Amino acid sequence: MNLLSTHELSKHFDGLQAVRNVSMDVPAGQVRALIGPNGAGKTTLVSMISGRIAPSSGQVFFDAANVTALPAHARIRRGMAYTFQITSVFERLPAGENVALAARRHLKGAAVIEATHEALERVGLQSLIDTEAGDLAYGHQRLLEIAMGLVQRPRLLILDEPTQGLTDAEITGFKKLVRDLAGKTTILLIEHNMNVVMETADQVTVLNFGEVLAEGSPEEIRAETSVQAAYLGTG
Amino acid sequence: MSAKAKIIALHGGLLVLLFALQFVLPAYHHGNLARIMVLASYAIGYNILFGYTGLLSLGHALFFAAGMYGMGLGIQHLGLSVAPALLAGIAAGAVVSAALALLALRTVGVAFMIVTLMFAQAGYLTVLYFGEYTRGDEGFVIQQAQRMLWGIDLSDATNRYFAALILFATCLAVSLWLVRHPFGKTLVAIRENEERVRMLGYDIFVHKLVAMIVSGTLSAAAGAAYGLLFGYAGASFASVQYSIFPLLWVLLGGAGTILGPFIGTLFMFYLIDLSSGLTSAYMLIAGVVLVLLTLFAPQGLVGELRNRIWRWLP
Amino acid sequence: MELGPYLILASLEGAVTAAVLALTAVGLSLVFGVMRVVNIAHGEFFMLGAVIAWWIAHSMGGHPALGFAVALVVAPLVVGAIAVAADMTILKRLDYDPERTIVATIGLLYIIQQLTLMTYGPEARPVEAPFNTRLAIPWFENGENGWQMIWPWGLGTTSYKLAVIGAAMTVLLGVWVLMKRTRIGLVMRATQTDREMALAFGIPVERIYALVFGLGAALAALAAVLIVPIQQAHYLMGGDPLLLSFIVVIIGGLGSLPGTVLAAILIGLSDGIISVFFSPTLAKILATLLVGLVLVFKPGGLTGSSGK
Repeated sequence: MNLLSTHELSKHFDGLQAVRNVSMDVPAGQVRALIGPNGAGKTTLVSMISGRIAPSSGQVFFDAANVTALPAHARIRRGMAYTFQITSVFERLPAGENVALAARRHLKGAAVIEATHEALERVGLQSLIDTEAGDLAYGHQRLLEIAMGLVQRPRLLILDEPTQGLTDAEITGFKKLVRDLAGKTTILLIEHNMNVVMETADQVTVLNFGEVLAEGSPEEIRAETSVQAAYLGTG
Repeated sequence: MSAKAKIIALHGGLLVLLFALQFVLPAYHHGNLARIMVLASYAIGYNILFGYTGLLSLGHALFFAAGMYGMGLGIQHLGLSVAPALLAGIAAGAVVSAALALLALRTVGVAFMIVTLMFAQAGYLTVLYFGEYTRGDEGFVIQQAQRMLWGIDLSDATNRYFAALILFATCLAVSLWLVRHPFGKTLVAIRENEERVRMLGYDIFVHKLVAMIVSGTLSAAAGAAYGLLFGYAGASFASVQYSIFPLLWVLLGGAGTILGPFIGTLFMFYLIDLSSGLTSAYMLIAGVVLVLLTLFAPQGLVGELRNRIWRWLP
Repeated sequence: MELGPYLILASLEGAVTAAVLALTAVGLSLVFGVMRVVNIAHGEFFMLGAVIAWWIAHSMGGHPALGFAVALVVAPLVVGAIAVAADMTILKRLDYDPERTIVATIGLLYIIQQLTLMTYGPEARPVEAPFNTRLAIPWFENGENGWQMIWPWGLGTTSYKLAVIGAAMTVLLGVWVLMKRTRIGLVMRATQTDREMALAFGIPVERIYALVFGLGAALAALAAVLIVPIQQAHYLMGGDPLLLSFIVVIIGGLGSLPGTVLAAILIGLSDGIISVFFSPTLAKILATLLVGLVLVFKPGGLTGSSGK
């Protein structure tokens, strides 16, 4: 059973083809890594999946329903969660309120507080709950983004370069977090850190120049020479 | 004391103070304070959209006037009694703000400001155009006999003060309740980072729409009360100047604070009152204050207070 | 008077309105285009031009043409200088933030208007035109003796009104040459296209902004000097030009100079003709609604490209 499918998804900006005919299927519970060099169209692809930008052509299916025409907030309500590549927290609000905002969409009252504490604890930020998000260190802001994704209890969690700017210890914590979620939550993970990809992903899709270059298990991808040429060689 | 207790103590204290003041104030200031409380209710309405949602409207006079004329024309031409006339004014404000919101919320930033400005100007001109009913710039007086609510004469100074206090307390309570409610917190989040809120699954348009209707309805309630308590409706209350005033009061007092609208209205009212004794060009003060605020204190008085001392202020 | 001659008269009056409006609106458009600043005080710069013109003409004495000629040069310069000062002391400090500059220019509007009220007073005062020969316009009528040329009473214009149209066209041509054919124009356009890039190339963006703001205000002042012999100077006269300029700039496409001029001609001419059929208040209601609706549904302007 596929939770997410894209069908011939394309996007061009003023003649520049950012994503070209991408079709992929992500089964429920899978951790799917999306890799590729800078400018390969990864963020554009997940932006179309989450509804932040409209595709030029093609369709998105979520939970067997065609959601291509739905606005972003309606897709999120159906169980997607999106964390931003460029940290986009509410800088002037406390970390706890950032997470609570994400929680309140589906929870009420005391359950919000409980879920907020739990999500912050999972990313190791519980002690910073009252700190304004803008005052957090960059790595902590990244973790806060992840907590805002987690607390929504999404069926599909889209993480756009979550480990960028994290310390080694934090990355270790992140890998553990993903492994805990695996099987229950479907994860679409854009990641540059190959170490993280190898240890967490069930399946990897490689994008290059907006097209799917290869797809397979982490081991298969590592062995693929075209991928090495396009990506690993440069990355 | 917990933050909640402090908030209740502060705002309740203000209301008690306002209640007590009427027994000691001389007649002139007594009348002024009644006026200030009604105008501050208008500012509270404005603040919900500007301060808490981050939408800068230049057209709130349209809502204030919708309330004032909905009430005034109802009494004058339809022979309504006070209570239904007040409701008519408030309903007019709700309808007009919903209609403007449906149009203006398709735009953002500067375009939103200009669109609200233009529609409010069209509203002002409409009041002039139907001068036969509205008496245009000259306006019309609502007679003492028409200002009886449940046997209470609203033109009497004490009754008027009470009525103004009740309106103000209601608006204060509504805004306090709203900003502590999840809906209000989402509005603040929209002000801070709209795209992020959208990607948390909230419908931005619906939130802004509701914010604008609440804001417009409170403004209309203030407009209706103003016309009723002071017995007059005139086109100047629909003019650009009355769209600028709430912006000025809220900026001065502190946008996005509960007490800011009242503090700003109080200060500005007396500033203009004092200077109009000296010169007919009293709007000069408004201009100078606007420029100085944008330059040096964009947070306003209460905003600065919150930043420096009382961080728990809502 | 019959409709035909009446429409000619209305178009002539409309052409004068259009000429003055084009100058004022191009000033507003320039400021918005290059600086992204919506200058609500623009109408007050217009008013200042008229008031300063009265003041110069009044204190010079002698032949009216002398005072007028001096006003034509001095008023725009003085108003331009005031605008530059406002830019450097206020707008620059706000870092040209679009919303805060609007609030600041609203403040500026009241400051200028009320200071004028305090010094110049609430009266409307006329300025004498430098020359004012009446020119009658003939009309052809098919009467008892076949087609004949008649001179209907009231159908005519003055040499001064024609001169206003000519002067406005000359100045607009001048602005066009300035923008398209000079180095300073090139620098302005570069700043308009990409502020960051302009900064990176060492263009003194802040000085360009001050210059543009001054130039925009000077154009409004010049328009006012031209119109003041026809209209009289008054401290509240800035409201209408502001509204009309807004209409023109928004309909012409924000920041586009040719679009602005075209829209000014359209609005100016139709203003004269519409007022034949509608009351001025109704015409203004329709105009403000039009601007609002254009911004909502066609933010690129009626002549401009679509999209936000």
